[in-house]
Amino acid sequence: MPDPSGLAAAVRRRERPALARALNLLDDRRSESRQLAAELLRLLEADMADEHGHLIGMTGPPGAGKSSLTAALISVWRKRGLRVGVLAVDPSSPVSGGALLGDRLRMKTSSDDDGVFIRSLACRGEFGGLSAEVWPMSLVMLAAFDVVMIETVGVGQREIDVARMCDTTCFVAQPGSGDSIQFLKAGILEVPHVLVVNKEDMGAVARRTLSELGTALGRAHTDGNWEVPVLAASATAGSGIEALADALSAHEKVLRDSKCLLQRRRQYRAQWLLKRLQEEFGSHGIGRLGGEQRVLERLATATLSLFEQHQALREHLLGAADKTHS
Amino acid sequence: MSQDTVKRDRPWLMRTYSGHSSAKASNELYRMNLSKGQTGLSVAFDLPTQTGYDSDHPLARGEVGKVGVPIGHIGDMEALFHDIPLDQMNTSMTINATAPWLLALYVAVAERQGVDTSKLQGTTQNDVLKEYLSRGTYIFPPGPSVRLTTDLIAYTVENIPSWNPTNVCSYHLQEAGATPTQELAYALSTAIAILDAVRDSGQIPAERFAAVVGRISFFVNAGIRFVEETCKLRAFGAMWNQLAEQRYGVSDEKQRRFRYGVQVNSLGLTESQPENNVQRIVLEMLAVTLSKNARARAIQLPAWNEALGLPRPWDQQWALRMQQVLALETDLLEYGDLFDGSPVIEAKVRELVAGAEAEMARIEEQGGMVQAIESGYVKRELVKSHTRRMRDIESGDLSIVGVNCYRETAESPLTAGTDSGIMKVDVQAERDQIAALQAFRAGRDAAVVAAALEELRAAAVSGANIMPSSIACARAGVTTGEWSEVLREVFGEYRAPTGIDIAMAGQSGSDAMDEVRAKVRQTSQELGRPLRLLIGKPGLDGHSNGAEQIAVKGRDAGFEIVYEGIRLTPSHIARAAQEEGVHLIGLSVLSGSHLELVEDIQAELAKIGASELPLIIGGIIPEDDARQLQAHGVQAVFTPKDVDMNAIMATIVNIIRRDNGLQELA
Repeated sequence: MPDPSGLAAAVRRRERPALARALNLLDDRRSESRQLAAELLRLLEADMADEHGHLIGMTGPPGAGKSSLTAALISVWRKRGLRVGVLAVDPSSPVSGGALLGDRLRMKTSSDDDGVFIRSLACRGEFGGLSAEVWPMSLVMLAAFDVVMIETVGVGQREIDVARMCDTTCFVAQPGSGDSIQFLKAGILEVPHVLVVNKEDMGAVARRTLSELGTALGRAHTDGNWEVPVLAASATAGSGIEALADALSAHEKVLRDSKCLLQRRRQYRAQWLLKRLQEEFGSHGIGRLGGEQRVLERLATATLSLFEQHQALREHLLGAADKTHS
Repeated sequence: MSQDTVKRDRPWLMRTYSGHSSAKASNELYRMNLSKGQTGLSVAFDLPTQTGYDSDHPLARGEVGKVGVPIGHIGDMEALFHDIPLDQMNTSMTINATAPWLLALYVAVAERQGVDTSKLQGTTQNDVLKEYLSRGTYIFPPGPSVRLTTDLIAYTVENIPSWNPTNVCSYHLQEAGATPTQELAYALSTAIAILDAVRDSGQIPAERFAAVVGRISFFVNAGIRFVEETCKLRAFGAMWNQLAEQRYGVSDEKQRRFRYGVQVNSLGLTESQPENNVQRIVLEMLAVTLSKNARARAIQLPAWNEALGLPRPWDQQWALRMQQVLALETDLLEYGDLFDGSPVIEAKVRELVAGAEAEMARIEEQGGMVQAIESGYVKRELVKSHTRRMRDIESGDLSIVGVNCYRETAESPLTAGTDSGIMKVDVQAERDQIAALQAFRAGRDAAVVAAALEELRAAAVSGANIMPSSIACARAGVTTGEWSEVLREVFGEYRAPTGIDIAMAGQSGSDAMDEVRAKVRQTSQELGRPLRLLIGKPGLDGHSNGAEQIAVKGRDAGFEIVYEGIRLTPSHIARAAQEEGVHLIGLSVLSGSHLELVEDIQAELAKIGASELPLIIGGIIPEDDARQLQAHGVQAVFTPKDVDMNAIMATIVNIIRRDNGLQELA
């Protein structure tokens, strides 16, 4: 079993074997590993003052070219001297639980570049597309990289979960498919901070999708202080990628300037922890803690680290369960 | 009746697909084969030549001269055809992504021999589309690839009129698992994509277009179901005739003839009891010769021991003699078509045509073959068919003698010799080739080379036909790697869809499968996280069937599988394995470079502090090599003999358990 403090230090030094081990540890469901993982996260959290790095969520329908676009962004970021971590999520087989993780294929960059690290994850049937491990893993990645990208399986009502863990959410639209308009109607497109129509080299079809989205969305984001840009790009032709990278960092700058980043991240963490508690103990358990709102407040205002809070709440509920059974 | 009075048909061209080590060694082999009665040449190029790398490129390590001859420049090409006058030879070149370049070298050598280049005869395979689906020696994205194919066709139709500029291949589709219907549909859809592109390029005036259609030839496979295969070839003939007439308005019946060459099926050749492959090869040859109206123009047969390793000269001679016995000893060539009017044959042909037409309509709906390849549709369909085939072999629904039935055998004297019945390429050959290449480079006029490459770049960018500037490059002493690099810079590189994202119905239900799943689940729980495997194809070898099948099976057994397709460097594989936190690395190598590649990958793993990761390998790996690999820490070696995929999965689980200090499961 790895030693959390040694591991945390090595992650901060961006040592690749340590990063890999840390991600493996966060994936590990054995209870002794869970303890170590919580300790690792506490150490990283304490050290980072919660504000390092930029966590970006990339979402959009299957086939829109999220992976190719990610690959194109990676090379732009690398040219700008930024280190990039990617968490790529693929679907799992509902029958066997197995999965084919093929996103790396489309993200192939120079294999000898130490400034890029890609970990693929199967969604494992949780969180409507986002594996429960994604978010803690993104924390480890943030400790070592300047930009961390979470790429989702596709998009659907529940998949906007990615927006509840990232600083900036980017929606990739597929030209000519009716999907984007459906998502628009379903309110999903109110979530992302940046919209991009990929495959602009398809010409007229791409321009039409662009103008549809542009007219429907050329307005302020509910976050406030942010106009949602609607961009065109082509991962294959390499066009529009610089502008996309600029838009993503512009949003990061707005968050930092308005001092929202920290608060936002703490909120998202609280929501994620609530979800984990819900999963483990059901809404009944949350009820015993005084209801969702009460738990969120408690998590958000805690002086303890969130993970310690989580542990405390779990132990509280587990203790209560033990008592009822005895 | 005496043989003098019977009019016999002329036999087909007899070839053997060959080439290895160096141009000089291959030239000696060719001249020997010709002296034995072979009537044409079929050049096998090594993987660096096929994928556009010089012999000293890092990706070429271990591959130089392995599966074919390395041709790096005009000097190599000249040595390859030393004392073989090109105006008297019919040469088939299995070359695709770099086809314009190898033809340019061939033309330049003909010039040096003083031969009238317009009289050259032969074939460039030049079908890159199937490379995206099988075999994997593509370089550029589909758009530029089709353009290069088109340029070569347009050039030869005008300048080398007897050349077959493209051999549309259904061969490799069958190797990738295609059913006869799929073979028909995808090959003909490919031909349509190519012909439409030539037409739309405007390089050939409309009134000469029939000549283009007339020059399209096919390279077909013949499997063991030889009656159905005969019907498939008759179906090909009928469909091509109709397509040429209706879609392209070709009025001359001769220009609508389905002309094809054959290599019979290698997929069905077995490693166990390999002597049985002889009768398989002979029966498959019947499929392409029995029906006069659907008879092959050229035949090359595999050697009986292909699944074991590289065939020796004697093995190749045996394959040639099979053809000679059929053509010269039997009375086959004395008769007209044996099947015309047979209701059984005609019904089967109709069934195949109907199935193929339906699939072609699906391709057309998607915008044509190029789009259907880019979207991954075709590859997925092929992986599905192949997965079905593997499952049928596993379940025993498909009998393969010596593999899943009648497995008992006496010891074979054929494989008992000191060479284990295969040939080994001298490792010195690669070093010699590199030294010779570097000497050749040093002796060139650098300014002439640079100017020729600039001319090539300009043509690539402007859209001018690529052949004239390529021929100028050949004369100037440009190397294979340099020619390809310029085009890589202009066109970019491509990675094709892997097709493994298929959903197969009915995966559960078999007891063996359920048992494996339980083992995977139990081990995942004990280790705290899902079992993860990286399936890697290192090197230039693009034969990805094995890797794909293991990936799909692994997913169905409950593993999380990281698979990135073909042509990965050892460093890429090692780093990906670490980043992905896998429990085990599985490699697939069919080119014979397994020793070098495993050594390199182990070195890369050590470099990044991941030596502890267990490694397994599958491929065409001779027993001696397998022992050597295991002595160097490889945990398991799988060969084509291992058809029980559930057993492979169970072995993998146990290797992971052992590696993590858990008790192995029975």
